[in-house]
Amino acid sequence: MNKSELVEALAARNGLTYKKSEEIINIVFDSMAETLTTGGRIEIRGFGSFVVKDYQAYMGRNPKTGEVIKVRPKKLPFFKVGKELREKVNGKA
Amino acid sequence: MTKADLVENIYLKTGFSKKESAEIVEMVFDIMKTTLEDGNKIKIAGFGNFVVKDKATRRGRNPQTGEEIEISSRRILTFKPSQVLKAAINELEG
Repeated sequence: MNKSELVEALAARNGLTYKKSEEIINIVFDSMAETLTTGGRIEIRGFGSFVVKDYQAYMGRNPKTGEVIKVRPKKLPFFKVGKELREKVNGKA
Repeated sequence: MTKADLVENIYLKTGFSKKESAEIVEMVFDIMKTTLEDGNKIKIAGFGNFVVKDKATRRGRNPQTGEEIEISSRRILTFKPSQVLKAAINELEG
Protein backbone atom coordinates (compact mmCIF):
# COMPACT_ATOMS: atom_id res chain seq x y z
CA MET A 1 0.00 0.00 0.00
CA ASN A 2 1.37 3.41 -0.91
CA LYS A 3 0.23 6.83 0.19
CA SER A 4 -2.41 7.27 -2.51
CA GLU A 5 -3.85 3.83 -1.74
CA LEU A 6 -4.06 4.83 1.92
CA VAL A 7 -5.84 8.03 0.84
CA GLU A 8 -8.29 5.92 -1.21
CA ALA A 9 -8.88 3.45 1.63
CA LEU A 10 -9.66 6.30 4.04
CA ALA A 11 -11.99 7.95 1.51
CA ALA A 12 -13.81 4.65 0.95
CA ARG A 13 -14.18 4.02 4.69
CA ASN A 14 -15.46 7.48 5.56
CA GLY A 15 -17.22 8.64 2.39
CA LEU A 16 -14.77 11.54 2.06
CA THR A 17 -13.67 12.96 -1.27
CA TYR A 18 -10.20 11.90 -2.44
CA LYS A 19 -9.02 15.49 -2.00
CA LYS A 20 -10.24 15.78 1.60
CA SER A 21 -8.84 12.38 2.47
CA GLU A 22 -5.48 13.34 0.94
CA GLU A 23 -5.44 16.53 3.01
CA ILE A 24 -5.90 14.47 6.20
CA ILE A 25 -3.22 11.89 5.35
CA ASN A 26 -0.82 14.74 4.58
CA ILE A 27 -1.56 16.44 7.91
CA VAL A 28 -0.96 13.14 9.75
CA PHE A 29 2.44 12.36 8.21
CA ASP A 30 3.58 15.99 7.96
CA SER A 31 2.91 16.56 11.66
CA MET A 32 4.67 13.31 12.56
CA ALA A 33 7.71 14.24 10.43
CA GLU A 34 7.69 17.73 11.95
CA THR A 35 7.71 16.30 15.49
CA LEU A 36 10.66 14.02 14.72
CA THR A 37 12.53 16.83 12.96
CA THR A 38 12.35 18.94 16.11
CA GLY A 39 13.57 16.01 18.21
CA GLY A 40 10.20 15.09 19.72
CA ARG A 41 8.85 11.60 20.24
CA ILE A 42 5.60 10.17 18.95
CA GLU A 43 3.43 7.66 20.76
CA ILE A 44 0.46 6.17 18.94
CA ARG A 45 -1.53 3.84 21.19
CA GLY A 46 -2.15 0.46 19.61
CA PHE A 47 0.38 1.17 16.86
CA GLY A 48 3.82 2.05 18.18
CA SER A 49 6.22 4.86 19.03
CA PHE A 50 8.91 6.82 17.22
CA VAL A 51 12.03 8.29 18.80
CA VAL A 52 15.09 10.00 17.39
CA LYS A 53 18.39 8.43 18.45
CA ASP A 54 21.73 10.22 18.52
CA TYR A 55 24.83 8.60 17.08
CA GLN A 56 28.37 9.73 17.89
CA ALA A 57 30.99 10.17 15.17
CA TYR A 58 32.98 6.99 14.43
CA MET A 59 35.65 5.73 12.08
CA GLY A 60 34.19 3.58 9.34
CA ARG A 61 35.27 2.07 6.08
CA ASN A 62 34.12 2.44 2.54
CA PRO A 63 33.01 -1.19 1.98
CA LYS A 64 34.00 -1.02 -1.70
CA THR A 65 37.51 0.42 -1.41
CA GLY A 66 38.40 -0.40 2.21
CA GLU A 67 39.36 3.24 2.70
CA VAL A 68 39.03 4.49 6.31
CA ILE A 69 36.62 7.40 6.61
CA LYS A 70 35.25 9.48 9.43
CA VAL A 71 31.49 9.12 9.87
CA ARG A 72 29.99 12.29 11.27
CA PRO A 73 27.59 12.30 14.23
CA LYS A 74 24.02 11.76 13.10
CA LYS A 75 20.46 11.28 14.23
CA LEU A 76 18.17 8.50 13.08
CA PRO A 77 14.47 7.96 13.66
CA PHE A 78 13.50 4.65 15.24
CA PHE A 79 10.13 2.93 15.34
CA LYS A 80 9.17 0.59 18.15
CA VAL A 81 6.11 -1.45 17.29
CA GLY A 82 3.38 -1.60 19.96
CA LYS A 83 2.77 -4.91 21.75
CA GLU A 84 -0.71 -5.42 20.34
CA LEU A 85 0.32 -4.80 16.74
CA ARG A 86 3.51 -6.84 17.15
CA GLU A 87 1.48 -9.83 18.30
CA LYS A 88 -1.12 -9.42 15.58
CA VAL A 89 1.52 -9.16 12.86
CA ASN A 90 3.05 -12.36 14.22
CA GLY A 91 -0.37 -14.02 14.11
CA LYS A 92 -0.57 -14.64 17.87
CA ALA A 93 -3.57 -12.50 18.69
CA MET B 1 3.09 13.76 20.28
CA THR B 2 0.13 11.43 20.68
CA LYS B 3 -3.06 10.73 18.76
CA ALA B 4 -4.66 13.66 20.61
CA ASP B 5 -2.19 16.07 18.95
CA LEU B 6 -2.95 14.61 15.52
CA VAL B 7 -6.68 15.03 16.23
CA GLU B 8 -6.05 18.66 17.22
CA ASN B 9 -4.04 19.36 14.05
CA ILE B 10 -6.77 17.91 11.84
CA TYR B 11 -9.43 19.83 13.74
CA LEU B 12 -7.50 23.11 13.33
CA LYS B 13 -6.60 22.66 9.66
CA THR B 14 -9.82 21.16 8.26
CA GLY B 15 -13.50 21.84 8.74
CA PHE B 16 -14.05 18.70 10.82
CA SER B 17 -15.29 18.73 14.41
CA LYS B 18 -13.11 17.32 17.19
CA LYS B 19 -15.26 14.19 17.32
CA GLU B 20 -14.99 13.67 13.56
CA SER B 21 -11.25 14.37 13.65
CA ALA B 22 -10.80 11.76 16.39
CA GLU B 23 -12.77 9.18 14.36
CA ILE B 24 -10.68 9.93 11.27
CA VAL B 25 -7.37 9.49 13.13
CA GLU B 26 -8.59 6.13 14.49
CA MET B 27 -9.54 5.08 10.95
CA VAL B 28 -6.14 6.01 9.51
CA PHE B 29 -4.26 3.83 12.02
CA ASP B 30 -6.89 1.11 11.77
CA ILE B 31 -6.37 0.86 8.01
CA MET B 32 -2.60 0.81 8.49
CA LYS B 33 -2.78 -1.89 11.19
CA THR B 34 -5.06 -4.13 9.13
CA THR B 35 -2.76 -3.77 6.12
CA LEU B 36 0.32 -4.72 8.15
CA GLU B 37 -1.46 -7.58 9.94
CA ASP B 38 -2.25 -9.00 6.52
CA GLY B 39 1.49 -8.99 5.83
CA ASN B 40 1.44 -6.09 3.37
CA LYS B 41 3.87 -3.19 3.43
CA ILE B 42 3.02 0.50 3.59
CA LYS B 43 5.10 3.02 1.68
CA ILE B 44 4.67 6.67 2.62
CA ALA B 45 6.72 8.92 0.35
CA GLY B 46 8.65 11.49 2.36
CA PHE B 47 8.18 9.59 5.63
CA GLY B 48 9.21 5.96 5.30
CA ASN B 49 8.21 2.36 4.70
CA PHE B 50 6.62 -0.08 7.14
CA VAL B 51 7.62 -3.59 6.10
CA VAL B 52 6.60 -6.99 7.46
CA LYS B 53 9.48 -9.49 7.47
CA ASP B 54 9.64 -13.22 8.14
CA LYS B 55 12.48 -14.22 10.46
CA ALA B 56 13.75 -17.80 10.52
CA THR B 57 14.37 -19.81 13.68
CA ARG B 58 17.82 -19.10 15.14
CA ARG B 59 19.92 -20.00 18.13
CA GLY B 60 20.39 -17.28 20.71
CA ARG B 61 21.47 -16.81 24.28
CA ASN B 62 19.81 -15.50 27.38
CA PRO B 63 22.09 -12.50 28.01
CA GLN B 64 21.57 -12.78 31.78
CA THR B 65 22.37 -16.48 32.25
CA GLY B 66 24.34 -17.28 29.09
CA GLU B 67 22.02 -20.22 28.55
CA GLU B 68 21.60 -21.18 24.90
CA ILE B 69 18.03 -21.05 23.65
CA GLU B 70 16.16 -21.45 20.39
CA ILE B 71 14.47 -18.30 19.10
CA SER B 72 11.42 -19.40 17.16
CA SER B 73 10.60 -18.17 13.66
CA ARG B 74 8.42 -15.08 13.67
CA ARG B 75 6.98 -12.32 11.59
CA ILE B 76 8.08 -8.81 12.56
CA LEU B 77 7.30 -5.25 11.57
CA THR B 78 10.15 -2.88 10.69
CA PHE B 79 10.24 0.78 9.76
CA LYS B 80 12.71 2.18 7.27
CA PRO B 81 12.76 5.98 7.34
CA SER B 82 12.87 7.80 4.00
CA GLN B 83 15.99 9.70 2.91
CA VAL B 84 13.92 12.89 3.02
CA LEU B 85 12.97 12.34 6.68
CA LYS B 86 16.53 11.40 7.68
CA ALA B 87 17.91 14.50 5.95
CA ALA B 88 15.31 16.75 7.62
CA ILE B 89 16.09 15.35 11.08
CA ASN B 90 19.81 15.98 10.63
CA GLU B 91 19.50 19.35 8.96
CA LEU B 92 18.03 21.22 11.91
CA GLU B 93 21.15 20.38 13.87
CA GLY B 94 23.15 22.70 11.60
